[in-house]
Amino acid sequence: MNTENEILDILDIADSIDDGSQQYLTFELDSEHYGVEILRVQEIKGWGAVTSIPNTPEHVCGVLNLRGVIVPIIDLRLLFGMPFNAYTKTTVVVVLKVEGITDRIVGIVVDAVSDAYNVHPDMISNAPDLGSIVDTSFIKGIADIDECMLMLLDIDKLLSVEQIG
Amino acid sequence: MANILAVDDSASMRQMVTFTLQGAGHKVTLADDGKQALEIAQRQSFDLVITDVNMPVMDGLTLTRELRKLPSFKFAPILVLTTEAGPEKKQEGRAAGATGWLIKPFNPDQLLATVKKVLG
Amino acid sequence: MSIDVTQFHGVFFEESFEGLDIMETGLLSMSQGEIDDDTVNGIFRAAHSIKGGAGTFGFSHISEFTHGLETLLDQIRNGEREATHEVIETLLSAVDTLREMLTAVQSSSDVDEEKVAQVSHALEKILDDTVAETGVNSEDTSVADSDESGTTETNTQQQSWLIHFKPLPHLLQTGNEPIRMFRELAELGELTVSVNDEELPPFTDLDPEICYFSWELTLTGEMDEAEINEVFEWVDGDCELTIERLQENEASDLPELLQEQQSHDKPEVVEAISQPMATDNDSIVVEAPSKTPIKSDAAPKKKTVSSDASTASIRVGTDKVDSLVNLVGELVITQSMLGQIGDNFDVSMLPQLIDGLEQLERNTRELQESIMRIRMLPISFVFNRFPRLVHDMTSKLGKQVELVLTGEQTELDKTVMEKIGDPLVHLVRNSLDHGLETPEKRLAANKSETGVLKLNAYHQGGNIVIEISDDGAGLNEEKILQKAIEKGLVEPNESLSPEKIHELIFLPGFSTADQVSDLSGRGVGMDVVRKNINSLGGAVEVKSESGVGSTFTIRLPLTLAIMDGQIIQVADQRYIIPLISIIESVEVDISKVKKVTGKGELYKIRDEYVPLIRLRNVFNLDGGIEDLEHGLLVIVDCEDYKIGLFVDELLAQQQVVIKSLETNFRKVKGLAGATILGDGTVALILDIAGVMAMHKEPALIKQTSLKSVV
Repeated sequence: MNTENEILDILDIADSIDDGSQQYLTFELDSEHYGVEILRVQEIKGWGAVTSIPNTPEHVCGVLNLRGVIVPIIDLRLLFGMPFNAYTKTTVVVVLKVEGITDRIVGIVVDAVSDAYNVHPDMISNAPDLGSIVDTSFIKGIADIDECMLMLLDIDKLLSVEQIG
Repeated sequence: MANILAVDDSASMRQMVTFTLQGAGHKVTLADDGKQALEIAQRQSFDLVITDVNMPVMDGLTLTRELRKLPSFKFAPILVLTTEAGPEKKQEGRAAGATGWLIKPFNPDQLLATVKKVLG
Repeated sequence: MSIDVTQFHGVFFEESFEGLDIMETGLLSMSQGEIDDDTVNGIFRAAHSIKGGAGTFGFSHISEFTHGLETLLDQIRNGEREATHEVIETLLSAVDTLREMLTAVQSSSDVDEEKVAQVSHALEKILDDTVAETGVNSEDTSVADSDESGTTETNTQQQSWLIHFKPLPHLLQTGNEPIRMFRELAELGELTVSVNDEELPPFTDLDPEICYFSWELTLTGEMDEAEINEVFEWVDGDCELTIERLQENEASDLPELLQEQQSHDKPEVVEAISQPMATDNDSIVVEAPSKTPIKSDAAPKKKTVSSDASTASIRVGTDKVDSLVNLVGELVITQSMLGQIGDNFDVSMLPQLIDGLEQLERNTRELQESIMRIRMLPISFVFNRFPRLVHDMTSKLGKQVELVLTGEQTELDKTVMEKIGDPLVHLVRNSLDHGLETPEKRLAANKSETGVLKLNAYHQGGNIVIEISDDGAGLNEEKILQKAIEKGLVEPNESLSPEKIHELIFLPGFSTADQVSDLSGRGVGMDVVRKNINSLGGAVEVKSESGVGSTFTIRLPLTLAIMDGQIIQVADQRYIIPLISIIESVEVDISKVKKVTGKGELYKIRDEYVPLIRLRNVFNLDGGIEDLEHGLLVIVDCEDYKIGLFVDELLAQQQVVIKSLETNFRKVKGLAGATILGDGTVALILDIAGVMAMHKEPALIKQTSLKSVV
């Protein structure tokens, strides 16, 4: 999967950058741009066989086998209440390390991933209540990148047990 | 570089003694109690025997007495590890035929010093 | 050189805790009146080891505390003191305190200083009561040992001493050597040596094992008499030793004064000693511990062992490890064989391939069994806490109970064992608190004063069975029924069989204790016990007879992680049913299906009706077989009754490794976990009890719309 390899190349450069910036992996859902800290990204996979779990909310696609570990997969669109997008061969699953009472591995389904950007703390401002789809408590802040408004996600809150369960 | 037989029923003491003595270049053979030590001593000779006193099966004083009966151990240096510095306990060790003693608790340096004293 | 002794701490803690267990077991048997030498000696040695180790590794407060304990035990083993009830109880609490102190040091936390002082004080009190000779931690300086008559003066000016040293003939047989002592002396100052060989017999009469010589030595330097005595401390009693101070002028005359025959047999003595070495205090053995500071890392700065010490390590017999090594060796051979076949494969090699795969299966199975055996430990590890528990509780409750443990060698998985401890303790406490009666009540009921509490364990099928039985009063059915009616769990007019009444105790919030004793009966007990046991894949049930006694039976799988499973198909999903729960599978005979309002569908199997549960509905699946006659009914055990699960098809049976859903997701009702099938896909493992619960409460089944997935 070429996209996968390119993305993995980006991840390889995710060293700590001296000026205090952090690198964010970005992706789009409809026309909104979101970012997650690259250090939290364990890997990126193409969409594959997922076993659905009975009686779970819509956004829980199910679980898959990641080298012997059972990992839940969450459809981010459905989690945000957006309309569902059928999965295709280019659908991507971003596997994240979520911290909380216990540390967990959770995968999110997104349409596609874009570039990684360095974001300096100075570039981050508080998220105003935009009436946006996403509850602002899940957003760490907003960064202005290339004239795009990048919403930086707090995945620990977004993918907490209560949220996805 | 001496060949030393160390006898103690405490695993942590055995480890400490081995580590210390081996670190100084000696060769250490271990036994958990007097009986084991005696069996080993019957097959092999040593330059020095260090033994704890309180052990199950056969204690250190009995071991000392038994070792002295073996031709290869008649003049061998035997040190007993005792926690009591009082005169009676020391006499007991000597009466059993021990060369000298080392009082517990001791640290690695004290052990090495005493061993050096005995081996020269 | 300085050696870091903290590396030995882990072993010290391990062996100390073991020693404490030995002490506790021994003291408990002593409290039952069984006082034999071996037991007492064993207890003494354990305390002695702990004290010695604690001192060596720098835990002086533990060493000090243990000293009193050791002294008391020494008196008992010497017959100087009787092991009275008070003495044993104090010793037991000292063991507890020691355990706390060791745990505190191990986990770098604090200990209850007050408690330590309290128990210390209690020990002292007992020790002070008798005039028994106590081996006090010596501040002895050994100076008095040598038979010299001079006073011990300390003085750092240059001194000269004249030493007369005559070994008794047998001195060599103590392993001591004059030359060694002379070397030591030479390290203190300038030494001259002169030997007297007058007593040396003619060669033919010479006994090489006897020392015939005596020596005159002068030693000049800044040492005092005590230091000289120390050099000879080991041979005190095996020699004649005099030490005299010399005046300045005499010292220099000595070499001439002592010029007699030089010993030709020991020339090296004179040579080696002619160079005085600088006083090297480190080489002197110090006797009283107070003289030399013991290198102490008072408390380990980092945790050497995790606070849950029970999971930190396993002791494995080398035989088990050897067998593993062999099996892995065989596996490697099989792999290379298959590799070869794979390299140049053509269809004619198919039989070899099949053989190879069979071999692989055998190797894997043997390896798996071997590893499981490593994790198996005898249940005695858990049973061992009960003698103490029973001892303590019965004194508090004023009851007399005999504890009988059988089947202690029955093995079970280490993890299962760690988790079964608390439920077992609860059941034992219950027996002691509620089941077994006071001596008076027992006599009144024509029973012996002493009740019997039995713990038994044995293997049955792929399970371990643990029974806790007592000959007490049995479950109080009246009280239980009353309480259940009070809580609205049962209708006032319902007539329930005794067994059904017994089952009520497992309902949440249930307790019939009059007062909430701190020992049990807080009403959180039995349902939690059952839940814990169920979560281990096991089951618990009770049998009781009023006035006669009760027996709780726990059944647990031998291992948590691997299970035999039956793969089933429902709609487009595959699930796994634990094989151990399956009683039988039948094709549905529609005439045996009964619909009952409020209870759904029931199926008649032999003489009983079992609920018929359509998994398709419970899991809210699309598709799947609706017509009962075209599917299969799998009859399974569900806690204490049976249920029938309606599925589309039975697929293969296979051994599965249970993987947790909760690690990364959460507990899902109706599912016990997940597993990875041979094709890499995830299959969900059913939790029968959960499925039943969902069936009974449709509200638990969420209405979700399906996403179309590729």
